[in-house]
Amino acid sequence: MEMSTAPRVVVVTGVSRFLGAHIAAQIASDPRVERVIGMDRVDPPDSYRELLDRVELRRVDLTRGSGNTMAKLGAEAVVHLAVMSSPDPATGKNQGGRPAMKEQNVIGTMHLLAACQQTPTLKRLVVRSSTAAYGASFRDPAVFTEDTEAREVPRGGYARDILDIEGYVRGFRRRRPGVTATVLRFAPFVGPTAETVLLRYFAQPMVATVLGRDPRLQFIHIDDALEILRRSVVEDHPGTFNVAGPGVITLSQALRRAGRVSLPLVEPLLQAATKLGGVSLDQVELFVHGRVVDTSKLSKEFGFVPRSTRVAFDDFIKAHQDGTVVTPERVDSLMRMIRGVRLGRDSR
Amino acid sequence: MDEILDKYDAKVAKGLAFLRRRITGQYEVDDFGLDSDLTEHVFHPVLRLLYKNWFRTEVSGTEHLPADGGALVVANHSGTIALDALMLCLAVHDEHPAHRFLRLLAADFVFRLPMVSELARKSGATLACNPDVDRLLHEGHLVGVFPEGFKGVGKHFAERYKLQRFGRAGFVSVALRNKAPILPAAIVGAEEIYPKLGNIKPLARLLGAPYFPVTPTFPWLGPLGLVPLPSKWLIHFGEPIDTTPWSDQADDPAVVFNLADQVRETIQGMLGELLQRRPDPFME
Repeated sequence: MEMSTAPRVVVVTGVSRFLGAHIAAQIASDPRVERVIGMDRVDPPDSYRELLDRVELRRVDLTRGSGNTMAKLGAEAVVHLAVMSSPDPATGKNQGGRPAMKEQNVIGTMHLLAACQQTPTLKRLVVRSSTAAYGASFRDPAVFTEDTEAREVPRGGYARDILDIEGYVRGFRRRRPGVTATVLRFAPFVGPTAETVLLRYFAQPMVATVLGRDPRLQFIHIDDALEILRRSVVEDHPGTFNVAGPGVITLSQALRRAGRVSLPLVEPLLQAATKLGGVSLDQVELFVHGRVVDTSKLSKEFGFVPRSTRVAFDDFIKAHQDGTVVTPERVDSLMRMIRGVRLGRDSR
Repeated sequence: MDEILDKYDAKVAKGLAFLRRRITGQYEVDDFGLDSDLTEHVFHPVLRLLYKNWFRTEVSGTEHLPADGGALVVANHSGTIALDALMLCLAVHDEHPAHRFLRLLAADFVFRLPMVSELARKSGATLACNPDVDRLLHEGHLVGVFPEGFKGVGKHFAERYKLQRFGRAGFVSVALRNKAPILPAAIVGAEEIYPKLGNIKPLARLLGAPYFPVTPTFPWLGPLGLVPLPSKWLIHFGEPIDTTPWSDQADDPAVVFNLADQVRETIQGMLGELLQRRPDPFME
C-alpha cells in the first residue's frame, strides 16, 4: 500500500547543508524514488560528494525565484530545508549576516511556495520549521501543543522568520488543498555529528548562561529528525508536528552532564553580547524561558518515538569529550579522597 | 559512641552521593521542571525546620488525600508572603504515606522574577493556566490552588481568617472538565506570621509587586523584619467533593459558582473549627 504513495521525483532544498544532504541521500537510496534533485545557492562541500552521488545537484538561488524549474522537473514532493537558524558565518561580510538570513528564510520560502503552486504534479510538501514558533513569554504554558499560539511577537530573528514561513505555508494549504503539506517544528538538533550554533556553544569549556534562570530544554537527535523527514516524504502525514525527544533536561543539568562550567551573566549583559556575535537573541530567549513541547501527536501519527532528550544529548556529549572540565571520574576520585579522610576511617 | 559515628558516617555518605548526582547531572526533571531530588534533599529539609520547630505544625484529615490519581487541593491563602503554600506542600508530602508532591499553581508574576521562578519550577509549581492544570490532572498529579490569589495573601491583618472572593472560580471549571475531586483544605497560623497593617503603593509599583507590605517589624527592622512570627499552625484536609455529576457543565456559570460557594463555605467552616482548637496563636 505504501508503495503507491512514494513520490517518483523529489526536490530537496538546502542540500549543501547537513540535514539537506543526508535526507537527499537517504531518499535517493529508496528504490521507489526515481529522481532526487538537490537545490542550493552554493555547491555542497567536497565532504558530501560521495554521499550525494545519486542526487542531481542544481545551483538555484531561491531568493531570486526558481522560475518554472519545479514544474519542468515534474516534482511530486518538495522538501524545503533551506531555512537558516542563524546567520551563516561562512559567507562574506557584505553578503552575510542577519539580512541575508532573513532573505533566505522569508523571501526564499515565498519563491519556493510560488513555484510549488505552479507545479501540477506536486503531491507533497515538507517544510522545516522550529519549536521557536511558540515564541517566549512568562505567561506561556509549561508544555506547548501544536495548537498553542505565540503570545507575543518573539524578539529573536529566527523565531520571527519561522512565524512568517508558517504563515506562507498556511496560505499555500488554502490555495492547493490537494497537496499534503507537512510542517515539522524541530527542537534544536543534537547528535555526534550535528553542527549548529547552539551545539558549538555547548562544546565550549565555559558556557555563558542567564543568572537566575535555568530553562527546561529539549533536543531532537539528528538521526531521528532524518527518519521523521524521510517518512514525511514517502508517506502521507498532513499537518503540523512537534519533533522533539520526549523528556526534559535543564540547562544547568545539560552543562553538568557535559562537564562544562557555566558562567551566569545578568540578562542585559548577555543581551548586549548578542551585538558582538556568538550569541543570538533567539538563544537568549531560549536561555530565559526554555521550551518544552508535547510530542504525542507526532508519535501517534508517525508511529515513531524519537529517542529521549537526555539520550540524544548524551550522544552529543560522547562526541565532544575534549571540552570537559568536570567528569564523573574526576568527581569520584574527589569523593574517594573525602571519604578517605573523614573521621580518619576508611570505608569503601 | 561507635553507633553515633556510624550514623554520622551514613549521613556523610548520603550527602556525598547527593553531591555526586548534582555535580554530574544524574537526576530527573519532569516536563514542568520539578526536580524531586533537589526538592526532597534541599528544599524540604530547610522548610521542615520552619514547619516543625518554628510553626509546630499539626495536620489532620490526611486520610482524605488520595494515594494516587489527580485531585485539586483548594486552600485559603494568607500571610503576606506565600509561606502557607510551601507548608501545605510539605504537609502533603510528609504526613501522607504516599509522600506525594503537591503541584502548586502560581501567578505569572512568580515566573517573571529570576531565581524565584526557578525555585518555583524546581519545587513543582507551574503557571496557573488551563493547559498546565489540565495536563497535571491528566497525568494524575495532586494540584494545589489558592482561589483567593493576591486578595488572600495580601489582605489586612484585621481581615484574618475571612475568606476573600474566589474570583472567576476557574478551579471549579478545571475540576469539572477533568472529573477531578476537589479537596478543601484549611490553614490556620499563616495569618499571624507577617501581620500586614499597611501597603506602600508607590514602592510596590516601582518593584512591579502586587503590594509592598508594612508589618509591625517590616520594613522597620530591615532584614530582621523578614523573620516570620512563630505562630502555631494547624492544617486540616476536608472530605473530597466528587465533581463527576456535573462534569459536562464545566462552562455553566451557575453550576460553577454554586460549587465554588460550597467549597468556600466548607473551608470557612473548617477554619472556624481549627480556630476554636487554637484560641491563642502564640501559645503551646
